[in-house]
Amino acid sequence: MTSLRRRRAVNGFWTAACGLGVLAAVLPLASLLWLVVSRGASGLSWSFFVNLPTPVGEPGGGVGNAIAGTALLVGIASLVALPVGVGAGVFLAEKGDGRLGELVRFTSEVLSGVPSIVVGIVAYGLAVVPMRRFSAIAGGLALALLMVPTLARTTEEFVRLVPGSLREASLALGVPRWKTSVRVVLRTALGGIVTAVLLAVSRAAGETAPLLFTSLNNQYWNLRPDQPTASLTVQIFNYAISPYEDWHQKAWTAALVLLMLVGGLNLLARRLARNRMMEGTR
Amino acid sequence: MPTRGDAIAVPAGGALARARVSRLGDRAWAAALVAFGGAVLVIAGLILLELGRESLPAWQRLGVLRLLTSTDWDPVQDKFGALPFIYGTLVTSAIAIAVALPVSVGLALFLSEMGPKRLRAPVAFSIEVLAAIPSVVFGLWGLFVMVPWIRDTLQPLLQKTLGFLPLFQGPRIGLGYLAAGLILAVMILPTISSVTNEVLKTVPLSLKEGALALGATRWEAIRMAVLPYARPGIFGAALLGLGRALGETMAVTMVIGNSPEIHASLFAPGYSLPAVIANEFAEATGAVHLGALAALGMVLFGLTLMLNALARLLVRAVAHGPGRAVA
Repeated sequence: MTSLRRRRAVNGFWTAACGLGVLAAVLPLASLLWLVVSRGASGLSWSFFVNLPTPVGEPGGGVGNAIAGTALLVGIASLVALPVGVGAGVFLAEKGDGRLGELVRFTSEVLSGVPSIVVGIVAYGLAVVPMRRFSAIAGGLALALLMVPTLARTTEEFVRLVPGSLREASLALGVPRWKTSVRVVLRTALGGIVTAVLLAVSRAAGETAPLLFTSLNNQYWNLRPDQPTASLTVQIFNYAISPYEDWHQKAWTAALVLLMLVGGLNLLARRLARNRMMEGTR
Repeated sequence: MPTRGDAIAVPAGGALARARVSRLGDRAWAAALVAFGGAVLVIAGLILLELGRESLPAWQRLGVLRLLTSTDWDPVQDKFGALPFIYGTLVTSAIAIAVALPVSVGLALFLSEMGPKRLRAPVAFSIEVLAAIPSVVFGLWGLFVMVPWIRDTLQPLLQKTLGFLPLFQGPRIGLGYLAAGLILAVMILPTISSVTNEVLKTVPLSLKEGALALGATRWEAIRMAVLPYARPGIFGAALLGLGRALGETMAVTMVIGNSPEIHASLFAPGYSLPAVIANEFAEATGAVHLGALAALGMVLFGLTLMLNALARLLVRAVAHGPGRAVA
């Protein structure tokens, strides 16, 4: 009996240890969210969203150009990455059982672990060097290269959720394969594909490292793709490592704006995904 | 049924043409899909090629050995020794894994086996939130919350108790290897725990149930039936986390102190491979400096590629392995 009691105690000990692990993960998260919200909120105002940055100490500065820059960069990246990434995902789901499919799947898995800064170096060589200047195109290219592998994998997952019976029904009616793919399978998976896209976009919007030497930064408004561009993330970095209290405050507020953007996209994606699943079970 | 037979037996010219179009459509669609899939391979090739091209001047001028093993980094004097960065990357990643692996496995066990059912969903959700936070925000938090905490609380405490070890000596700055390692630990937690969780799900229920039926406690069932089966997968999860830690840039750049030296103390400021690329690439002048930074990127690429490939193979082996010997 004492041995049983001992075994129970050991069981309790390890259960508590697992609980401790949960605490170790949740505490930093709670601290981070709390500080971003509490320290960031005090700087929030309309002008923060629409104004240009001001020099240290001058009141009323904002990150309007950085928000626009992030939108521009993500827009350029999406233009390239969405067709390719979604296309690759559909390939994996529809024709991905052969050896080529295995290779593509494995490659995109491995590529999604490549550090983003490395991709920045590649985009530098492909866009900055030939154009002889830092530009939104270069930054967008870096983000696009990062988006494709993850997009391919998530798209594949969602397209594979489409029940085979739907496809078979369509083929049995004499609908050609390509039409079945486009009009039946992809249409059914559309919500899932939109989810995959939103997740990829939110990840791209939060990237900093590959932008440092591709799109660089810009103190002014810029909507030209061939010019250096500010971005929310690079702006946070610059403000955070500056020695000025005023800019630190702006870093927190900009981080809050970034978290709202990324969080909003993620929540939207989750909602869509949930609807998708429920439809699948209906 | 005469009418039906008629419809099938007499294909009009239009139907034939339609069939031909659809065959063409099928072929075009298949080709387009293969092209998109091939694009992923092209991207992989492009990354490798471009890194090779950009780093070539450095490999030629400096040689692999000098670049990777000398400790003197001074671009102004044309000295490019990357050992301090390699050392910093390895030390911070080691700290990150040492901290994050036990925590993540505990977390995954909590989510799949041990935790009260009511708590599982909110905990799983918070881990997803943690995974979605951009790394520059982690850096901001690390710089203004964790670094002061290390400087004012953790370091005095460790120095009072274990101060005789060279590991914990040195002035109280806060920025350094330990700060970078701890922030990395928080950042790779979601990766390791979610992959571990996936691996745990693939453990056959009969193994656990068998152990429980023999009278094992929940922990004993986990230790004797679940963990041995899942071990290669958990190892794979750790490798994936390690790969992320090696390449993580922003948060580390903001808290590691950015000093290209090698120190024994964990509280000393250091530098890492991604951090030096982030800080110097935009302003690098001269083909050799740029090339040296690109070469470091290539080292990073090679390392993460190997780790990721190995990790995926391990995780797959567990997921596909009903016939695998339980070692």
